[in-house]
Amino acid sequence: MKNQLTIKNGTCATLDRLPVMEIEGFRQHLITLTQKGVRLASLFVLPGEQPTMIAIVADDETTELELFACQCGRKFKALTPQVPQAHWFEREIAEIHGIEMLGHPWLKPIRFQPRAGQNREISPGVTDYFEVNGEEVHEVAVGPVHAGIIEPGHFRFQCHGEKVFHLEIELGYQHRGIEKAIPTATPQKIIRLLEATAGDTSIGHATAFAMNYEALAGLKPDKNASLIRSIALELERIANHTGDLGAMAGDVGFLPTSSYCGRIRGDVLNTTGLICGNRFGRGLVKTGGVGYHIDATLKQQILDKLTLIEADLISAIDLIWDTPSVVSRFDETGHVSQEDAVTIGLVGPAARACALLTDVRLSHPFGAYEDYPPAVPLIEIGRCGDVNARATIRWLEIKESLRLIRAMLADISAEPAGCNTTPLKMAASSISVSLTEGWRGEICHVAVTDAQGKLQTYKITDPSFHNWFGLALALRNQEISDFPLCNKSFNLSYCGHDL
Amino acid sequence: MLQILKARLHQQYRTFPFPDKIPEMAPRYTGRPMIATGTCQNDCTACINVCPTGAVSCGSDHRPVIDMGRCIFCRACEPACPAKLISFSREFSLAARHKNDLLISSSEFKTAEAMGAEIKRIFGRSLKLRQVSAGGCNACEADCNVLGTPTFDLARFGIQFVASPRHADGLLVTGPVSQNMKLALQKTYAALPSPSVVIATGACAISGGLFRGNSEVNDGIGDLIPVDLYIPGCPPNPWTILEGILRFMGRI
Repeated sequence: MKNQLTIKNGTCATLDRLPVMEIEGFRQHLITLTQKGVRLASLFVLPGEQPTMIAIVADDETTELELFACQCGRKFKALTPQVPQAHWFEREIAEIHGIEMLGHPWLKPIRFQPRAGQNREISPGVTDYFEVNGEEVHEVAVGPVHAGIIEPGHFRFQCHGEKVFHLEIELGYQHRGIEKAIPTATPQKIIRLLEATAGDTSIGHATAFAMNYEALAGLKPDKNASLIRSIALELERIANHTGDLGAMAGDVGFLPTSSYCGRIRGDVLNTTGLICGNRFGRGLVKTGGVGYHIDATLKQQILDKLTLIEADLISAIDLIWDTPSVVSRFDETGHVSQEDAVTIGLVGPAARACALLTDVRLSHPFGAYEDYPPAVPLIEIGRCGDVNARATIRWLEIKESLRLIRAMLADISAEPAGCNTTPLKMAASSISVSLTEGWRGEICHVAVTDAQGKLQTYKITDPSFHNWFGLALALRNQEISDFPLCNKSFNLSYCGHDL
Repeated sequence: MLQILKARLHQQYRTFPFPDKIPEMAPRYTGRPMIATGTCQNDCTACINVCPTGAVSCGSDHRPVIDMGRCIFCRACEPACPAKLISFSREFSLAARHKNDLLISSSEFKTAEAMGAEIKRIFGRSLKLRQVSAGGCNACEADCNVLGTPTFDLARFGIQFVASPRHADGLLVTGPVSQNMKLALQKTYAALPSPSVVIATGACAISGGLFRGNSEVNDGIGDLIPVDLYIPGCPPNPWTILEGILRFMGRI
């Protein structure tokens, strides 16, 4: 194809290089690419007189991101029947821009957000749901307010006795208007908004924004800054995997691992707190670099902490696989087939637990990962796709993250990591894409600037956006009482999805 | 079984003896802001301009005032002040009973006093809370959850997060109260048996935080439901939350 636009992760291109195709050509090109096994990283619309739909696909083999577009009009023949990965994106586009998605199999809101200029009172959760009819079939509705300390969402289970035929997930309760607020905010505020996009993934989202800003403003963070960002990202991964492994043990009533992991997670967060003062890494990533340096003393403190944390983790987590009653509850619960995972475009540990090698750190390396590629663990086919696989993958990832952090810490030099705080002009009429591998999987941010170099559109795709439907599939033919366990094995973000 | 016992020995007893001992915060932790005595440079608004949440304003004496209810403790104002009036301490006791008490204009701060004697008598020595996340980013929620771990061991104070408002003495609310959670929050509040208390946790719940002004949120709890205790932070450190609740219960 002529005029192809491919860029590397964390770089930008001027908009005039973006190939704008005929709708049919756009559709065929996307179908061909996804049939080759390429992931749809983002699909969104630039509003205007002629709304432009932009697809960003990530080719894990070539490390390239391909961008192409079409003028989609107000009525668009939905891609979803041929490209199931697009199903949530198309629902999002229909909701935000009012573009009719003809032939979409299940077109309904994902966030219950009013459209620009629309004054209609929104009733969240009030919509059509799948229904199963028949004798002894019943419906269980849960949420938005849940029993634990959890974000809000609405779940509907169609059950026969204890068995779940189908789970439908309705979100949107957390919608705070982040994408809309970004173009008018200062870069200093934007990075704060992104830290709070999904508060447990502050580093993942802040790094993605910093990469876009740096691409558009022509900045490059120094080596120490890149290392510190990656160390913080790995600490975030360890903290969340640890907390979730504990919660999974708690959901099957195995209290030792549950209570130890809850505490150890705190120790990991406190290690991030040693670097920047905040347990969630707020303020650590800055545009152009980082806000804090790790000197020799702090380096040693972190290493000492990691030694203790690692010993505690081994003691707490190995218990899971030493206890047959726990393993029997994890085994073959909440199964997602590899085929389904590919079809719906699962990302992150949920995909790797289905034996799919997908990890942005490896396939589209950013920052320090170019020099420190992770040995991404994978579950073998035949043992994959269930809660046990997701638990196993998280434990293996914790170990690999510990190795990465130690390797990166060793290479931080004495020269203080910097950050460029002078306001810079961003490239005009350009588009930049950044991918990072958060602990839940691929985070994709796209920035589009106008002719003055101001942000015009900022598109955020949290890994949860891809994976919520995976949780729905995992529940099919499961006992409804296994929902908390299946849910924790994914532990997806409500606010990251709702934005 | 032997492995479980071995792990138990390894993991030791880890509960921190709070409030008898005060925990040491990380060296880079950002706690309560302080405004030093002295005067601002002429017409300087540097601190106001750099604040991402509009937490800094100019007081009647033309000196900075920091609203901890809006502050995300990012320290942007500290280096911005040419007169070096603003600094942040490592003091983690931040909770207040009234919104006005969150306004910092000197090095002083009025810590939260206990709830009224009558309501205390009815609650006895326990406090059962229902947590409602209304647009929270999962950081405040995580730091509430962590209070249940052995380090803090919330249950030893008679405090427990319960699964239903019907079982609760009060609500602990996080998040800027998204429009889509407004009704659910009001319904949950209405389901509490009376008397009840409400604790606003985090900058978002107190003022809308970073999302203040977005039409998609209610700028915090506002006057949707009455608030009895404000716990600032973005997110508040778990010790800040625990310390605030214990003061509210009259335990500190």
